[in-house]
Amino acid sequence: MAAVSSHAGMLSGSYRVGMDIKLDGISHHYGHTEVLRNISLDIPAGQIVCLVGPSGCGKSTLLRLIGGLERPGNGRVLQVGAPPADSLNPLTFVFQDFALLPWRSVKGNVSLVLEDHGIRGKRSKAIIDDVLNRTKLADFADALPKQLSGGMKQRVAIARALAVNPAVMLMDEPLSALDAQTRELLMDDLVALWTRQPFTAVYVTHNLAEAVRLGHTIVVLSRRPGRIREIISIDTPISERRAGDPVCQRKHDLLWELMREEARAADEELIDG
Amino acid sequence: MADTGAGKKRDGDGPIEVRFRGGGFAPRSLRWVGVAVFVVLIAMVQWGTESGWISALTLPKPTDVLATFRELWESGLLFKHLQPSLTRLVIGAALGASTGIAIGVLIGLFSYARAGLVPLVAAIFPIPKIALLPLFVIWFGIDEGSKYALIAFGTFTPTVVATYGAVDNVDRSLIRMGQSFGLSWSSIVRKIVLPGAMPGILSGLRISLAIAIILLVAAEMLGAEYGIGAYILEAGSLYDLERLFAGVVILSLLGVLVSALIGFLEKRLLGWRI
Repeated sequence: MAAVSSHAGMLSGSYRVGMDIKLDGISHHYGHTEVLRNISLDIPAGQIVCLVGPSGCGKSTLLRLIGGLERPGNGRVLQVGAPPADSLNPLTFVFQDFALLPWRSVKGNVSLVLEDHGIRGKRSKAIIDDVLNRTKLADFADALPKQLSGGMKQRVAIARALAVNPAVMLMDEPLSALDAQTRELLMDDLVALWTRQPFTAVYVTHNLAEAVRLGHTIVVLSRRPGRIREIISIDTPISERRAGDPVCQRKHDLLWELMREEARAADEELIDG
Repeated sequence: MADTGAGKKRDGDGPIEVRFRGGGFAPRSLRWVGVAVFVVLIAMVQWGTESGWISALTLPKPTDVLATFRELWESGLLFKHLQPSLTRLVIGAALGASTGIAIGVLIGLFSYARAGLVPLVAAIFPIPKIALLPLFVIWFGIDEGSKYALIAFGTFTPTVVATYGAVDNVDRSLIRMGQSFGLSWSSIVRKIVLPGAMPGILSGLRISLAIAIILLVAAEMLGAEYGIGAYILEAGSLYDLERLFAGVVILSLLGVLVSALIGFLEKRLLGWRI
């Protein structure tokens, strides 16, 4: 039921949905090492696309290419359709290491990304209050990052990302630096956030449980050079997925079957081989 | 029998307590130890000079130094010397440190500045600035100009080196974060690079300002009537040990004061550090 109502919200006047991302024949090298080979992929608005693959398969590189932090050697990253008018930063990252400024409070870290758009005073406060409420951080607005647990730090980073009203969230292993229990809680939070207001996300992870829990579509990359091996979609609405859900478990096993050999081979590779 | 040399000797299969080996390497703040070291040293000198074990030519009596100091205070001469010295120190160090920080940030941010200026700074650093005092007198005049220049020049080089090192050490992932949110270049520099470099800049200032105090004395070697340096040099040439030491004590106190000032700044500005 929750999924249906959120879907209705998506269609009626929701401003988040509207920009797709299209990857067109992306290849990339670092020096003589080929990291990505001919990746073409559509990322539809309002969905979470998970990128999984063995370590070193170039999934984080692909995310940086999508976000414009690196230039692809070949191919193009295209935005299809205009981002919503009130989106301050259409392509917004959430990093594995949180990337919070340690000298700014929780509030200050969110305000950092608004200041450059001339949003100050009342307007800024309204946005900050809103995003901190949505990430359950309202009581910690004045805390410094050193006072926060890992899970809270990542919630601050998510709040900061929400503040700029992104068209697409680019999440680079956002839960990998956290312990298993915190990860579980934060996954629930992400599901709740998405259910309340669906957003588009590219979610890089090496954790298959996260992928089957959060992904509408799961893209499996091969080991280096990364190519798309398989695209799997899961139809169960993400708000209805539970740990141990038979459909999710089957997808999880299928993914692991696909990745097992590659993961072993990737593990035995030299870093700069 | 089994318990002799706890943890070392074992008899049969009895359990032994695990030896603690995780101590040390964690400095604690023990304020009184520093004071105690001073008190013990001064007491030893006092005892030595009074008993004649230390001759009057070697060291003055601490009580005599104190008396000289009191005289200096009561006659008002202390402030007559202190005031021009502090002015020189503040102006010279402010000039040197601010240009040093500015150039250091430029070197940290721009490849051309780095390629061009790092060798130059390396060439200037080892020059004893005192050797250049005659030159500065010609360039900037025998009045205050040459003194400011000497102190500024001496503070400049260590500040540059500390600053660009600090800028280099700013967490790159924070800069990437700024770029990923579309922050402007100047915002990234002001809000990420500069605060991130602040710990390194401040610890560099600790060294630069100590050097500034050293150079203050050198600067007052030529053409200074008043000033702590002039006072010390005059006492030295007359071999007036009480006055010499009174002057040295003032310099030491100045050093402690500057260090406390930076400690205060660090507390205020760097409270976010873990």
